[in-house]
Amino acid sequence: MIHPTPSGTRDVLPDEMRELRAIEAALRGVFDARGYGEIATPALEYEEVLTRGDPAAADPAYKLFDEHGNVLVLRSDMTIPIARVVGTRYATADVPLRFSYVAAAYRSVRPQRGQQREMLQAGVELVGAPGPEGTAEALIVLCEALGAAGLENYRVGLGDASLYPRLLDRVGVPDAARTQIVHELVTRDFVGLEREVERFGEPLLARLPQLRGGPEVLDAAPEGAELRAVLDLLPSAVGERVIFDLGLTHALGYYTGAVFEVYDAGLGAPLGGGGRYDDLLGRFGRPLPACGWALNVERLHLARVGEGR
Amino acid sequence: MSGLGGLRLAVPRGALLGETLDLLDGLGIDTAEVRGNDRRLLFEDAGIVTMRPSDVPTYVEAGAADIGITGKDVLAEQGERDVYELLDLGFGPCRMVFATVDGDDPAAEALRRLGVMRIATKYPKIALAYFEHTGRQVEIVEVRGSVELAPLTGLVEGIVDLSATGTTLRENGLVIREEISASTARLIANPVAHKLKAEALDALVERIRGR
Repeated sequence: MIHPTPSGTRDVLPDEMRELRAIEAALRGVFDARGYGEIATPALEYEEVLTRGDPAAADPAYKLFDEHGNVLVLRSDMTIPIARVVGTRYATADVPLRFSYVAAAYRSVRPQRGQQREMLQAGVELVGAPGPEGTAEALIVLCEALGAAGLENYRVGLGDASLYPRLLDRVGVPDAARTQIVHELVTRDFVGLEREVERFGEPLLARLPQLRGGPEVLDAAPEGAELRAVLDLLPSAVGERVIFDLGLTHALGYYTGAVFEVYDAGLGAPLGGGGRYDDLLGRFGRPLPACGWALNVERLHLARVGEGR
Repeated sequence: MSGLGGLRLAVPRGALLGETLDLLDGLGIDTAEVRGNDRRLLFEDAGIVTMRPSDVPTYVEAGAADIGITGKDVLAEQGERDVYELLDLGFGPCRMVFATVDGDDPAAEALRRLGVMRIATKYPKIALAYFEHTGRQVEIVEVRGSVELAPLTGLVEGIVDLSATGTTLRENGLVIREEISASTARLIANPVAHKLKAEALDALVERIRGR
């Protein structure tokens, strides 16, 4: 290529764009029907806004300066910008608030199939609705959206970001040992995890993150009770899509409770995910429980093609 | 249950192949076809695909294979791959070592007088991370073929390479100066297959653990 695009970005030409637009239109139809009003925020945010939401957001793909020397970053997701909007523009509004978006986000990932540095995300945020009811609503809308996007073989992994930390508390694992244990979990290294937790004499420390399947896996630890409450609120068509996954972890630091991730047999990587972030809004001046999810539109498209549609 | 339960397994050719096939035999998987044919790559009936060990994480991450077997050295070099590391299979033990020619250490001499030493390796990430952690400046020279040649010709002062018995190093007049890490074969899984094919995968892991 004589004039390449930056690494991790690409052009979209009309044939592909028509298919992407059809998926977006189907998703927007669900958002509208469910009362999730679409909002747009600037692609650029002050760095301070993103790091207030999540210190890990301090390592964005693209960083620049404005004419006053302020550090600006291209947003790494839409959740933190929407938390800022709620804290500033909806400071006294009645809750719950329902927002949706279809917007680009930017991350410093290793570019590969379905993983661009500039990625189109479609998602919702449900603000002011605590779990488990709020979590259940978000999951119901998620499955509606996936169905509308034309996927048939998808499943939703459902876990809880607070589950493993609570188990570490219960076992009494000292803080000093936790960094390495969490590192093994996040890097999906069960061999390393077993090595790190062996000396604490609690087999559940190694076993719990490997538990996934039907509701029966929730019996393994008392920490799973809250997920059962979510399941009880789901209609059966949604409930049977759920895979309980007690090892589900997210790289994003702001999740506090239920977390989800979307899988399709047509693609080797998750299509998107989300969860509860009950502490995030407080950092922007309006402490409210909230949850949401985002789907990667390009991956939805890949999965659809992978399913043969 | 016998066989791989519908899972597709990426099998490494080369040093790990024999023990990998022995392991599969022990699980009741017919590997006769694989043993009898070293040119064919895809064995659909057995659910086996064969490839270079360093390609195994690529196929598994993309979901072109559900699970795979490869060395910890490969996984450490390709740390950015999004795969589950499920089991230490124990076979194929080897060490990642820092070696130089025998006698006075030319790497230490280069570091002292020139401030930096040149290191030839097929594992640039492991080598760079190791010397950064130990506070030494290096220039990494990435080579594809026999790494042992590089210090003998004056291309570099030292090498970082995998060593099972140390024989190749000795035969080329090289000595191990430091051991960086130890490696054995690992069972890895695609993150989506780990959820969608959990039952078949857990059953296989249990059978390997119980062998």
